[in-house]
Amino acid sequence: MSKPYVRTNFHEARWDEPMIYELSTPGTRGILVPEVEDEIVDAVGDVAAALPDSLKRSAPLLLPEVDQKHVLAHYIHLTQETMGSNLSNDLSEGTCTMKYNPRLSEAMSMNPDFAEIHPEQDDSTVQGTLEIFYKFEQIMKEVSGMDRFSFQPGGGNHAVYCASSVMRAYHASRKDDKRDTIITTIFSHPCDAAAPCTAGYNVVTLYPDEQGIPDYEGLKKAVAEIGDHLAGFFMTNPEDIGIYNPNIDKFVELVHSVGGLCYYDQANANAFLGVVRAREAGVDMCHFNVHKTFGTPHGGEGPANGAFGCREFLSKFLPVPTIEFDGEKYFRDYDRPDSFGKVRGYIGTAGVILRAYSWTMMHGAEGLRMCANISVLNNNYLEKMLLSIKGLGEAFLGNGITRQEQCRYTWEELKNDTGVGTDDINKRVGDFGIPWYWASHHPWVIPEPMTLEPCETYSKCDLEEYYLSLKLVAEEAYDNPEVVLSAPHRQASHDLANPEDLDDPEKWATTWRAFLRKHGDKYLKVK
Amino acid sequence: MAKKIGVIVNPVAGIGGRVGLKGSDGEAILAKALALGAKPECPNKAVVAISQFKDFQDEPLEIYTYPKEMGEDEMRAAGLTPIVIGEIDSGHTTPDDTVRAAKDLLALGVELILFAGGDGTARNVLDAVGEEIAVLGVPGGCKIHSAVYAINPKTAGKLVLEFLLGKVQDLKESEVMDIDEDAFREGVLRARLYGYMRVPNEKKMVQNLKSGRGYGEEAALDLVARYIAFNLEEDVLYVMGPGSTVRGVMNKLELPNTLLGVDLVYNNKVIANDVNEKGILDVLAQYDKARIIITVIGGQGYLFGRGNQQLSPAVIREVGLDNIKVIATKNKMFSLFAQPLLVDTGDESLNEELSGYARVTVGYGESVMFKVNA
Repeated sequence: MSKPYVRTNFHEARWDEPMIYELSTPGTRGILVPEVEDEIVDAVGDVAAALPDSLKRSAPLLLPEVDQKHVLAHYIHLTQETMGSNLSNDLSEGTCTMKYNPRLSEAMSMNPDFAEIHPEQDDSTVQGTLEIFYKFEQIMKEVSGMDRFSFQPGGGNHAVYCASSVMRAYHASRKDDKRDTIITTIFSHPCDAAAPCTAGYNVVTLYPDEQGIPDYEGLKKAVAEIGDHLAGFFMTNPEDIGIYNPNIDKFVELVHSVGGLCYYDQANANAFLGVVRAREAGVDMCHFNVHKTFGTPHGGEGPANGAFGCREFLSKFLPVPTIEFDGEKYFRDYDRPDSFGKVRGYIGTAGVILRAYSWTMMHGAEGLRMCANISVLNNNYLEKMLLSIKGLGEAFLGNGITRQEQCRYTWEELKNDTGVGTDDINKRVGDFGIPWYWASHHPWVIPEPMTLEPCETYSKCDLEEYYLSLKLVAEEAYDNPEVVLSAPHRQASHDLANPEDLDDPEKWATTWRAFLRKHGDKYLKVK
Repeated sequence: MAKKIGVIVNPVAGIGGRVGLKGSDGEAILAKALALGAKPECPNKAVVAISQFKDFQDEPLEIYTYPKEMGEDEMRAAGLTPIVIGEIDSGHTTPDDTVRAAKDLLALGVELILFAGGDGTARNVLDAVGEEIAVLGVPGGCKIHSAVYAINPKTAGKLVLEFLLGKVQDLKESEVMDIDEDAFREGVLRARLYGYMRVPNEKKMVQNLKSGRGYGEEAALDLVARYIAFNLEEDVLYVMGPGSTVRGVMNKLELPNTLLGVDLVYNNKVIANDVNEKGILDVLAQYDKARIIITVIGGQGYLFGRGNQQLSPAVIREVGLDNIKVIATKNKMFSLFAQPLLVDTGDESLNEELSGYARVTVGYGESVMFKVNA
């Protein structure tokens, strides 16, 4: 077995890279777009002339004019200044779950026969892709116990929004139109409050009891007070602090007893894959983030998928189209009169579903359960090591409850002892070639937080490397706090010079034109 | 241009605590404390806070203070050079000196006053500067019910430093509370809400790097106020309690109001401002349906019994326990995370009935279930 190694001599590339607009030379082109052929012009005429004037720009687009070589170099430079995925020991992203993306899945998704199809193609020409969607739905049903799935939502938050829409359609179908409030918990993913709120619901949040478990007595009072306005209950389990709510059946029973629906946010299911299912918890709907649980890439805010599932009695409200199989062929079914509509175009990000299908088939049922077992074991091994570090504690430490797949730690003691807090430590860990960790969703609630989630991807050696790195930083905080407070030292990015500017609309800019208007050439590298 | 701040130290604050006298207000008590061998605690705490300013080197900093034990001595002990103004009778300082110092500093145009003391000191500063400039308290007294203090002297100094560096720009209205010390020494706790001052809002629950994603206290208050104002029911008498959050609702309704008093509102019109218990009961008798809207008062999280004694057990029972609506900003509730809300109405059985859980409105359509203890 290899031994842990802390990269004390790590150094990230720093390219001092200008912005792409600063590399622009008027007239330079990366691609010369061919002239439209005469035959096409003869057939369709002057397309531009057909556009109404109101749709035409009065001035040309302000785009950077850069040739291919320099565009490529520019973006490679930028990638070298980030800690990309599959690059280093990124067990640090608690609640987000970084997981290895197998190369086989990547290769399959890049197969041109698959990658170059278009969602507008006729069903008869995309039978293979529809078959994969259909079969992956059967797998999701088995893993969760739900009766139907939709892969239309573009990510976890979107799936929770989809759930809110299904919930509204369900209550409306029963002419039960008073139900305007949902209940969630403070350590659920914040989207369990935000998405229903966006869908128009009022939100009531429960705090934990002394053990760190959502407060059942608080739920009882909330349910009594909300009465027939209660639309549903949205919760993550285990919550973001890694504690499983063992009273979930009581919660579900109480909410059902007053006519509410129950939703399980299982974005990250690494604690219980193949061990427990949403159906047995009694809930009516759930979702998985396939990029957190089924081995697909975190797209850097790009393509993701929130696989949304529900029980049979809710399935008629699912977004259209669903994917069906009539015994001979697969097809998209739009003829669903009770559907609430759509949350997005088409049927979901095909490349992501293919990768997830590939990942799941590689593992098999036993493999899924092994992922959960290793994730929980990894987390508890790491927790035991980390809690030996002076200055580090944990939310609800000593409550006797075994943590599941992640932990929310707290550097409060270290901050009180040394003045070095979690933001400072976070900047320092990057100096050892490991990515910044996830502190916590906002608001912090737990002071000076740190949330780590070592899923099955990580080896014992990875866990020990992370532990040793954090131990080193904590020791620095006690011995020489200035080293930590002035970090980072060996990374491309440094402290924001004026973070408060982010609050000032006169300072921040989201377009190049706005940037120039607000700052002129003050911050340009190329003058 | 140089940055200007002011420093005031109440040298005798906290002197009563160690000898069990529950406060130091009044010269007789002070003499008694000294006779019992009390040693000043507050000046040392002030030195710890002031020492943090040594890290401010970005631009010139002028620190104005009063002579000797009211700031000058502490500044020198911290290794800093003060600009000394005013005069005192050293060894015999009084609350009037604090008021005068704060007024002088305000007139000099300082950006912030750092003061060390207890609830009485905070009241003196409030009397002098109100909400005109930023202030921050170094906890040095034996009674700290006011929310204008940092959690400890070091944090106070660091927070002022961040304010000077422009890293903390948001100010929050915070309660100045004090108890009736004569009654307190007789074993009766009666806390009053004296007013509000503006303190730097340390966003300790928000990651520094992402400050752009949060929103300030003003926006947080606006969300709560809008929601409540928008959802007031017709033909219901509203008993609007003291405090800045409730004032936010009244302002949203464009109704005249009293920050520290109870106002009565019916169908978007003020029936009466600043009503005492009897006045509230008289009006309640004329209306079929009423609701109380209150906010959480003070750093310790009181619903009833601190700063809103007009809302007596008789008033609460007349309105009905199911008709109490609690509102607060998110920051306030999150700062109370590990502690329950408190009720101390003076009526034990009512306290028990109010215990359990309260649904606190913290945003537009957003509320939290919070534990309430008697």
